[in-house]
Amino acid sequence: MGEQTIEADVVVVGGGNAALCAALVARESGVSVTVLESAPVEYRGGNSRHTRNMRCMHETPTNVLTDAYIEDEYFSDLLRVTEGNTAENLARLVIRDSPQAIQWMKSYGVRFQPSLEGTLHLSRTNAFFLGGGKALMNAYYAAAHQRGIRVLYNAEVTELHIRDGKFKSGRLLLNGQPAEFRAKALVAASGGFESNLEWLEEVWGEAARNFIIRGTPYNKGKLIKLLMGQGAESVGDPKQCHAVAVDGRAPKFDGGIVTRLDCLPLGIVVNKRAERFYDEGQDLWPKRYAIWGRLVAEQADQIAWSIIDSKVMGRFMPSVFPPIPAASIRDLALALALPAQDLEATVREFNLAVRPGRFDHQILDDCRTEGLNPPKSHWAQAIDLAPFYGYPLRPGITFTYLGVKVNERAEVQGLGSRTNVFAAGEIMAGNVVGKGYLAGLGMTIGAVFGRIAGREAARAAAQ
Amino acid sequence: MQPLSNLIAEGERLMVICNACRYCEGYCAVFPAMERRLNFSETDLNYLANLCHNCAECYYSCQYAPPHEFAVNVPQVFAQIRARSYQNYAWPGFVRVGAWWAVTAGIIVAAWLAGARSAAGANFYAVISHEAMVATFAFVSAFILAAYVAGFLRFWRESGESLARFFQPSILLQAARDALWLKNLDSHGVGCTYPNQQHSQARRRFHHCTFYGFLLCLASTTVAAAYHSIFGWQAPHAYFSVPVVLGTLGGIGLLIGPVGLYWLKRRRDTAIVDIKQDSMDMSFLALLFLTSLTGLLLLALRETTAMGTLLRIHLGIVLGLFLTLPYGKFVHGIYRSAALVRSVLEASRGKD
Repeated sequence: MGEQTIEADVVVVGGGNAALCAALVARESGVSVTVLESAPVEYRGGNSRHTRNMRCMHETPTNVLTDAYIEDEYFSDLLRVTEGNTAENLARLVIRDSPQAIQWMKSYGVRFQPSLEGTLHLSRTNAFFLGGGKALMNAYYAAAHQRGIRVLYNAEVTELHIRDGKFKSGRLLLNGQPAEFRAKALVAASGGFESNLEWLEEVWGEAARNFIIRGTPYNKGKLIKLLMGQGAESVGDPKQCHAVAVDGRAPKFDGGIVTRLDCLPLGIVVNKRAERFYDEGQDLWPKRYAIWGRLVAEQADQIAWSIIDSKVMGRFMPSVFPPIPAASIRDLALALALPAQDLEATVREFNLAVRPGRFDHQILDDCRTEGLNPPKSHWAQAIDLAPFYGYPLRPGITFTYLGVKVNERAEVQGLGSRTNVFAAGEIMAGNVVGKGYLAGLGMTIGAVFGRIAGREAARAAAQ
Repeated sequence: MQPLSNLIAEGERLMVICNACRYCEGYCAVFPAMERRLNFSETDLNYLANLCHNCAECYYSCQYAPPHEFAVNVPQVFAQIRARSYQNYAWPGFVRVGAWWAVTAGIIVAAWLAGARSAAGANFYAVISHEAMVATFAFVSAFILAAYVAGFLRFWRESGESLARFFQPSILLQAARDALWLKNLDSHGVGCTYPNQQHSQARRRFHHCTFYGFLLCLASTTVAAAYHSIFGWQAPHAYFSVPVVLGTLGGIGLLIGPVGLYWLKRRRDTAIVDIKQDSMDMSFLALLFLTSLTGLLLLALRETTAMGTLLRIHLGIVLGLFLTLPYGKFVHGIYRSAALVRSVLEASRGKD
């Protein structure tokens, strides 16, 4: 049997939100479109499958967003979390186009809902996908199917042939068989490299072996490497990733939302020497949520434990694995394989430092410690009501920052002027968010730049 | 069927995952009800499973659906738990009544009541006397009603709520609206993802044909009974009389509805259902369809000599349908409606 050659006006590499936005928009202008998704059909959609909302500018309340969230506030939020690591022109493009992106998504059958229970802090800024990210992806794929977009699953790109900025052809493994693909324009929307374990170990050393990848196992970063090999300029710190603390019992990949733990601010967090190492009550949890991945990664063996008592049970979102219970701190230490005397000492010292106050985990309350290092600035309550509970914590990587540089037309920079190679989604998100993160921003970048890339790719293909 | 303890453990496992995720809370009544709980006992699962309308949206949208190692499949597991709950609630105890046996028994009883009598000119009571018909169906109906009331009480007792809480007009009204509109199969206007992932109103519409067809037939019989006992107007009634028009419309609904539901069943994704319930579902659909078909035939041929035979067959099938009612698919309406009442009641109170 001869080798297969796949031809289309526009080839989109990737199968998540940005990829499907690009494919659908390109198809709107009549060009033929093929999507190369490296995952099998059941796991299509990259990390978009695990998402649930997108951050959206709006000047008046909508049916799913309360109040208003104007461009300047959105941009200043972005400046704050990125500490200035953002290309303002691209960031403002994303922000300004976000309302149109939502309308466009609705026209393809994507449905939205107000924020979920337990996420009220996002009700003003983030529009939630009804049923979550997989429902979103199902709507896109159904639309793609209806409109004659060809989708190939188990299609992993292995080579790109780019000369003078122009992509002509590439090679891929299709169901494990080598094949060739040709296109007049290429959209790279294949995510980051967070599930490439070898690459993670190159960057973070042996510690990376203890990382949990919260999302898809298919984001290997192959296209980032291929594009950079062809001269594409990179953006984003190659040594940074977005990581949160997840339950240490989570599966290596694809554990998604259910492995997150929201109980950290309600108790203390200790490392394997049973020592506290950071202020658990520094700020409201949604804001501090993302620092704990790095904090746990810095501990010996990249593990830590959240310790709480019965007082706070039921005050945080339930997670998928049950806490490990014990009748005393000593028993808890034994159950968690922590040094018992040290854990008892840490808890005793913490309890003695707790000052009286009015506990309210919804606000920055006045329950704090005094004379303790590190302190606990809010929600500090003595851990003294049995039974006691422990949750193991590991760093859970959400995404990586390294990507390719693009301009306002989503053209990949460094390949040559007026290239026919475009990028959208996580592979270029580092242009906008070079550091930190804002909940739901990744999906907005994907939807806005996916549509730009699709439009520009169709235009390039038509020339 | 798998042991009950495995099934309940599986239901609990799923609800713990779902309760940590909550992406599906906008779909139907099940997930908000789940969020009001932290633990999931057998009685909680019976309630949630009966609240589930098997629309399957949550399955197709699930990031943890098979082949993911969490293997979350709520519609299928809930269908299995539901089937077990029907047996547990059945009064006085669960009996499997096969459709063929029921129809055979029904026809034998009808034939026995009719004896060797024959008649024409739509003179039904010359074949089976009015008194015999009323006595037979009154007895069977009283039993069905008792079985339903007892089953309902068993279901409701598990909620730990008082009966007075059930009978609150505002709660009942809201739940009745949800039940009569099949709101939980509507998915905010686009219909559910049964039979195969594409949103469609087909199941909802065919169910409406079936349910409202059944209701119209019931209304027809009630009006005819009132005509007979209050006004002394005896069957046969004119083609454009109230009982005949109601019965004809209902009969048409009971032809279209069950055929449509069967047609969807043939096309469904078996991943989302409990295929072991097929015989129960099919019996119910077949008996409804045959009741209607023979009823309409009887109407059309009531002036001919075939009337006597058709009457025996029709009444036999109706009797067969009635015999299966307390232990067949019909009970889903009782427990689902009661579950809807409970869900409206809980929602009105907010979180426990």
